[in-house]
Amino acid sequence: MQTKKTLPKERRYETFSYLPPLSDQQINRQIQYMVEQGYIPCIEFNENSEPTECYWTMWKLPLFDCSDTQQVLNEVRECRTEYSNCYIRVVGFDNIKQCQVSSFIVHKPGSRGY
Amino acid sequence: MAVQAQGYKAGVQDYRLTYYTPDYTPKDTDLLACFRMTPQPGVPAEEAAAAVAAESSTGTWTTVWTDLLTDLDRYKGRCYAVEPVPGEDNQYFCFIAYPLDLFEEGSITNVLTSLVGNVFGFKALRALRLEDIRFPIALIKTFPGPPHGITVERDKLNKYGRPLLGCTIKPKLGLSAKNYGRAVYEALRGGLDFTKDDENINSQPFMRWRDRFLFVQEGIEKSQAETGEVKGHYLNVTAGTCEEMMKRAEFAKEIGTPIIMHDFFTAGFTANTTLSKWCRDNGVLLHIHRAMHAVVDRQRNHGIHFRVLAKCLRLSGGDHLHSGTVVGKLEGEKGITMGFVDLMREDHVEEDRSRGIFFTQDYASMPGTMPVASGGIHVWHMPALIEIFGDDSCLQFGGGTAGHPWGNAPGATANRVALEACLQARNEGRDLMREGGDILREACKWSPELAVACELWKEIKFEFEAMDTI
Repeated sequence: MQTKKTLPKERRYETFSYLPPLSDQQINRQIQYMVEQGYIPCIEFNENSEPTECYWTMWKLPLFDCSDTQQVLNEVRECRTEYSNCYIRVVGFDNIKQCQVSSFIVHKPGSRGY
Repeated sequence: MAVQAQGYKAGVQDYRLTYYTPDYTPKDTDLLACFRMTPQPGVPAEEAAAAVAAESSTGTWTTVWTDLLTDLDRYKGRCYAVEPVPGEDNQYFCFIAYPLDLFEEGSITNVLTSLVGNVFGFKALRALRLEDIRFPIALIKTFPGPPHGITVERDKLNKYGRPLLGCTIKPKLGLSAKNYGRAVYEALRGGLDFTKDDENINSQPFMRWRDRFLFVQEGIEKSQAETGEVKGHYLNVTAGTCEEMMKRAEFAKEIGTPIIMHDFFTAGFTANTTLSKWCRDNGVLLHIHRAMHAVVDRQRNHGIHFRVLAKCLRLSGGDHLHSGTVVGKLEGEKGITMGFVDLMREDHVEEDRSRGIFFTQDYASMPGTMPVASGGIHVWHMPALIEIFGDDSCLQFGGGTAGHPWGNAPGATANRVALEACLQARNEGRDLMREGGDILREACKWSPELAVACELWKEIKFEFEAMDTI
């Protein structure tokens, strides 16, 4: 049994923020799942990550009728280049249930990739 | 009934003549009920079924003259089908249709007083169990339902694409308010979304409710600021009187807590519906505990099945409801459990006898109640829990968090890491039931918190014989 450890204080960013940073390939597979479920992917960015702030700024518009996950990943990369100082997440909308159904972090300020 | 025009004849009537109507086609506006009936030896099934219909609607054991001042056809329950229960001796499913006019709008209390009142002590029956109810849309529309429902809760909490994680603070009795708040803070900062008051915690001498609320709220706010994620604790407002319950709820709202808790069955449906309406008006989420349910829902031949209580609760109002784990210390057969979980969170559920659903139920867009799986579960259960309950659920690890060798915060992290590793793998197309163990072992390589948890609790296989089968 390992010796006892104190859990460090760390900021988190909801779903998948307790995993090691996702590679672009892993991000792509999550987007693939989203598209397979019929969800509409959308990219959002923001300067800070306060838990009480619901809205992050939309990167362009949601990718309606998207079947090519590479297209979404390209948008993520473009957003990273332009807003490397921001947090970026991919979210998914379900227009049957009429609500947001998924969200995960894909970039933190000052990091290469995620 | 036309025969009554012949005049008043005193005496004991055969219920079968009036209340057993196999030709009747139920109306869309009827409330339908299915009872599992065990007649006393020598009592024919149709007679017993007619008696159930009578005793749970308009019947009295003898004819009374005032019957002739009413239109019995408009109010009587009708037994329209009786079927032997497959594989059981002297047990029958009897189906009864109740006219809408029998029930007050928006009152679960009234529905239950009628359906499961005197009839359960009826002498001609050895045992009776209410298996299912079909609420007509006309009646559904008179109930507010959950104060917020699953989708609004997610929006308020900003949590998507995963089950929520919770933990009941232990030991259940005896902690001071300040020590209790510390346990809450540690569990929340480690990555849980919620912690929970044990149902026994109300306002005892060792910890009065107001002190608990304030210390817990500090723990919530501190962990929220530290992690950047929205946190909550189910503050139990269950009390000895409705006035006291509302006072605690008002205070909880005043200090800005996001969710409160209520024990719906011990407190009663009237109190619950009042609290639920208040929660919608005041933007506070409502977590529902179910103490006492097993007293009425555990016996296969007598009582009320939990799916009926769950339906009633959804109508009365609650955003979360405990619904068993399938895999933990409180067993429940998977198909049956998933049947009533669907009745809690889906908008339309089709009849399916194999899952215990006797009637197609439409909720007319009423919000859904989130099922809560709690009791005797730990990290090794995670793959199965996600597979069974899916994203719209709340998984609660009490001992499975606080029992971690390094304490609440690392225990919480272990659970959160296990959850996210399983979800990532599921979304990538991996089979959680088959590969769950491997997925957790891979995550143990980079998460020491999970590694320690996985070492303490041993990998398990689930092959229990469940009590609850059709």
